[in-house]
Amino acid sequence: MASSFLPQKDEIRRRLEGRYVGAVPHNLALNLRVADYRPEHLSLALPYREDLVGNPETGVLHGGCITSLIDATCGGAVIMSLVAPRRIATLDLRIDYVRPALPHQEVICDAHCYKVTRHVAFVKAAAHHGDDASPIATASGTFVVFRDKRRDDDGSSA
Amino acid sequence: MRLRDAVAAVRESGDFGPLQEAIPYNRFMGISAELVDGEVIGTMRYSEHLVGNANVPALHGGTLGALMESTAIFMLLWHGETEAVPKTINITVEYLRGAKPQDVFAKAVFTRHGRRVANVRVSAYQDDPDKPVAVATAHFLLVQD
Repeated sequence: MASSFLPQKDEIRRRLEGRYVGAVPHNLALNLRVADYRPEHLSLALPYREDLVGNPETGVLHGGCITSLIDATCGGAVIMSLVAPRRIATLDLRIDYVRPALPHQEVICDAHCYKVTRHVAFVKAAAHHGDDASPIATASGTFVVFRDKRRDDDGSSA
Repeated sequence: MRLRDAVAAVRESGDFGPLQEAIPYNRFMGISAELVDGEVIGTMRYSEHLVGNANVPALHGGTLGALMESTAIFMLLWHGETEAVPKTINITVEYLRGAKPQDVFAKAVFTRHGRRVANVRVSAYQDDPDKPVAVATAHFLLVQD
């Protein structure tokens, strides 16, 4: 990445972290952070934490927090794909658990908003432990895009 | 308490407390279950950290998915024959209404209960069970490797 793009990239990252982590209580509670982004793509990371474990014998994170990670990442990818700020809502989200998650490792979700129509946005996503060729979950979601301007456009930090 | 022992204790008593205690994420989320007229009802106690949109305000969609997946697993454990925890193969969540900042309940039913795989439907609701805020379809693997 050319260094001349970095100031702008940092500014986008700061705004994303304000809107998706700081301004969203549940994302904040999960300590989600922006791992990467580019047009139509967003990656968020969920750090490993003992209190998010679903099976204390294996130490693996609960599917529920992975659902929240994927939902948050898909929604963020949609927001980044819209030419004007709009309010959006998840219509549906399907998650396939293709491989067991590993204990004591953060989970990264990569989401790609591959199509935006007048009222609907379509997203594909995958969650992994750092190697995107080896996903633990794959997902697809659809979002409704409201035509009124989003009320919380200036989603500054809480 | 080990998960296996917690499952056995729940089967014995019909009190899901030990299972909630044994699963850290359910404590974090305030997710529990109880038997009501022989039916497993999941509950997610409202807490500020479950909010997804503070302006509306509405609960985070992921938390509704978490409640429905947990309720399906509680229901499968209650009706199951082994102490093994079912593994989620997939889950599809449909969001129907904004969920208000208050407690959410969930109910799960089998659409098919096979030997290897269970097909489950779940609905999550607040004031009125007939007006769910979200519904889900999920498949669970019941056999261990």
